Amino acid sequence: MKTNRNNQIWIKRNYENCSGCRRCEIACSLHHEGRIWPEASRIRIFMLIPGVEIPHLCFQCEDYPCVEACPARALSLNSKIGAINIDASKCTACGLCIEACSGNVPHLHPEGNYIVICDLCNGKPKCVKACQEGRWNTLMLIPRKKEVSYKTLAKKPQELTHEVAEQILGEETAKEVLG
Amino acid sequence: MMRGYAGKFLEIDLSSRNVKDTKFSDEVLRDYIGGRGLATKVLWDRLGRKWETVDPLGPENILLVLTGPFTGYFPGTKVCVSGKSPQSNGVIGSTVAGEFGVDLKCGGYDGLIITGKAEKPCYIFTCDSQVEIKDASPIWGKKARETLRFLVRKSIEEIKDVRPSYGEVKEPSVLYIGPAGENKTRVAAVVAKYAHGAGYGGYGGVMGAKNLKAIVAKGFGPVPDVYDKEKVIDLAQRFSEWNFEMERFRRWGTGGGGYFFGAETSSEPVRNWQNEWHDKESYKKEEFDKYWVKKNWGDFGCPTTCLKLAVLKTGRFRGAICDNPDYELEAYLGTNLGIFTPEENIYLSYVSNELGLCGIQGGAVLGFAAELYEKGILTKKDLDGIEPKWANVEAFTALAEKVAFREGIGDILAEGVYRAALKLGKIKGADLLKYAVHEKGVAIGAHGVRSGEDFIAKNIAYACSVQGGDHTSAASLPLDQGGELSSIMADSAVLCIFAAFGIEDNEKINFYEGLTGWKLTRKEWYKEKAPRILHLQRAMLLLGGPDAKWRPKLDDDNPLRFWEPLPSGPYKGKTLDRKKFDESRLEYFAAAGWNENGVPKPETLRKLGLEDVEAKLKDVALIK
Repeated sequence: MKTNRNNQIWIKRNYENCSGCRRCEIACSLHHEGRIWPEASRIRIFMLIPGVEIPHLCFQCEDYPCVEACPARALSLNSKIGAINIDASKCTACGLCIEACSGNVPHLHPEGNYIVICDLCNGKPKCVKACQEGRWNTLMLIPRKKEVSYKTLAKKPQELTHEVAEQILGEETAKEVLG
Repeated sequence: MMRGYAGKFLEIDLSSRNVKDTKFSDEVLRDYIGGRGLATKVLWDRLGRKWETVDPLGPENILLVLTGPFTGYFPGTKVCVSGKSPQSNGVIGSTVAGEFGVDLKCGGYDGLIITGKAEKPCYIFTCDSQVEIKDASPIWGKKARETLRFLVRKSIEEIKDVRPSYGEVKEPSVLYIGPAGENKTRVAAVVAKYAHGAGYGGYGGVMGAKNLKAIVAKGFGPVPDVYDKEKVIDLAQRFSEWNFEMERFRRWGTGGGGYFFGAETSSEPVRNWQNEWHDKESYKKEEFDKYWVKKNWGDFGCPTTCLKLAVLKTGRFRGAICDNPDYELEAYLGTNLGIFTPEENIYLSYVSNELGLCGIQGGAVLGFAAELYEKGILTKKDLDGIEPKWANVEAFTALAEKVAFREGIGDILAEGVYRAALKLGKIKGADLLKYAVHEKGVAIGAHGVRSGEDFIAKNIAYACSVQGGDHTSAASLPLDQGGELSSIMADSAVLCIFAAFGIEDNEKINFYEGLTGWKLTRKEWYKEKAPRILHLQRAMLLLGGPDAKWRPKLDDDNPLRFWEPLPSGPYKGKTLDRKKFDESRLEYFAAAGWNENGVPKPETLRKLGLEDVEAKLKDVALIK
């Protein structure tokens, strides 16, 4: 699937900066669900070990394997900004998009029987705003570049936890903590 | 329909393994709110009549873990742990940060009421309405890191079994105890993450006495609906923006205190409070900064993220991780033990956290032992071969292990400074109480009163508090200006006081009305609702028992050490003025509606609708 990436955006994440405040989850769920609902947030902070908080959200792979994998055509590309849109009425909650994603990013809505994925709030992501206004700078909005393979960044929470733990705790200590 | 609350509480009897939902009427919630207030009400209703016979470390005690209507909405999140305290033998509302309260509420519960005692070590697992009492034998005896790792991994797998096609499952929240709690020490905290602790009160030991290693909570629902969403979200944003500007506090947290309270205000415990002054440059905040791998660390919804994550990556203490340490731990596991280097302080904080000790109560008892050793009252032999000289990190580490596992001398020290002083005094045939810096069994927060310069604690701060040495519930006058009645608001609402600096009562009340739709005025709070909670706490504190009992007025006094003059520093020679203290105390008693001996007056109790308290205090001859 080829798209023109002009004007498309990407949320850069600096994992080692994440304070674990989860104000991104609050902002996201307020925007999408009209209430504070951490599990329904399209960005989720995984804290598999305290101190290593991982904001986990769509990596916007260049080939959009989740869209390709959806047998119900519930997922589509918003090529203007480079985000995934979901038609919840078409989604059968089969989970194939989760399997197709190298980061296992999509998850079921906690109460509805459909998948939720970050839609970049139609170009003005609320999570980034929440992170920036508190000056944590964990999430930054940047232009989506042609020469970058975002798919290589797409990793599961456990993998990212290992990587970031080594970075901020040191290799030996990370090993001890992770067990 | 109730707003701001999930609407039900989970009640678990560990003896019978019965699990049920409990509800409170709107009237009870309107009067007692949640957290500390509601805990006090539940404890009075269920145990009040026989209070003095209830052993805090026995199966009869009730452990409460309660949120409040503010949980999940007010920026920054805490949960309040309570019960009959094995330290004060009264009620202490002890708060701890983390996502636990949010997970509980998202799972449909405002709190947990835990009674009885499990036959074998267990932990409670809740995922929405699913509640299980599970076997804790694989983690019994384990320290913090291992406990948490086991529970997080196992729980994620179990949640995946319930929601097989959900996708990646995010970890649940965990409250747990370390060996110090398991062994029923009176200096153990209820812990979240690595080093977030509900320390005051000693509820880690209460969990241990119930054979309860941990509580795991996961909630998939939204935070409960509120009465006026727009108003609540709007106010929360305004409070957050206020906090965003608290630049110094965000940058340094309370971690600047380790130098400041010693050098500037002479109110930091140094070598078991023999002094409160030091000016060690090595203990400046910039020196701690070198070990912070995260300069902003926080919990759900926090705009301030005043915590810092400290890690020792190299050197002989490599592997130590802890938050900050915050000021209290800089003091109690630092200066109070004669330690003035961040690295050693971080390491000891880590040791204390791993053992599940409360940094304040545990640190206090280590300092107490070190002074007795210095004075020759405790010998190397008494201390099982350990020589706790000031600043000897290895010796303090060894002693902390003894305390947590109640081994040898640790069995006595595990009782906390007050009880250890009594026990050792008996053995040594000496009065050792002057070395025990406590208020009603609770080691004093790291804010001394002798210089008069500390901005948290003044002369009657601890002496008149219903939570004893708890510096977050300091008594002051006038009653309606930032004293204990304000602390009761914070701990009942339940909010984080560090995210509420400078936010006016009226704004908090406005927020409360937006959450619940229930009207409240400042006057109602300070003249009626908060005093009612205060009086229940005061009554249960005076009833005490079975092992400790406080004499009104006589024991409403400062620790003996606080009457000794400061030995050095800019406030050298300064101490409390006895006459002024007596006047302030009398003034406080009068303002609170107590007689000149500190006993609640019958007419005050009647005015608050606490006739049953009056009857009980008459029964035990406190009211003649």
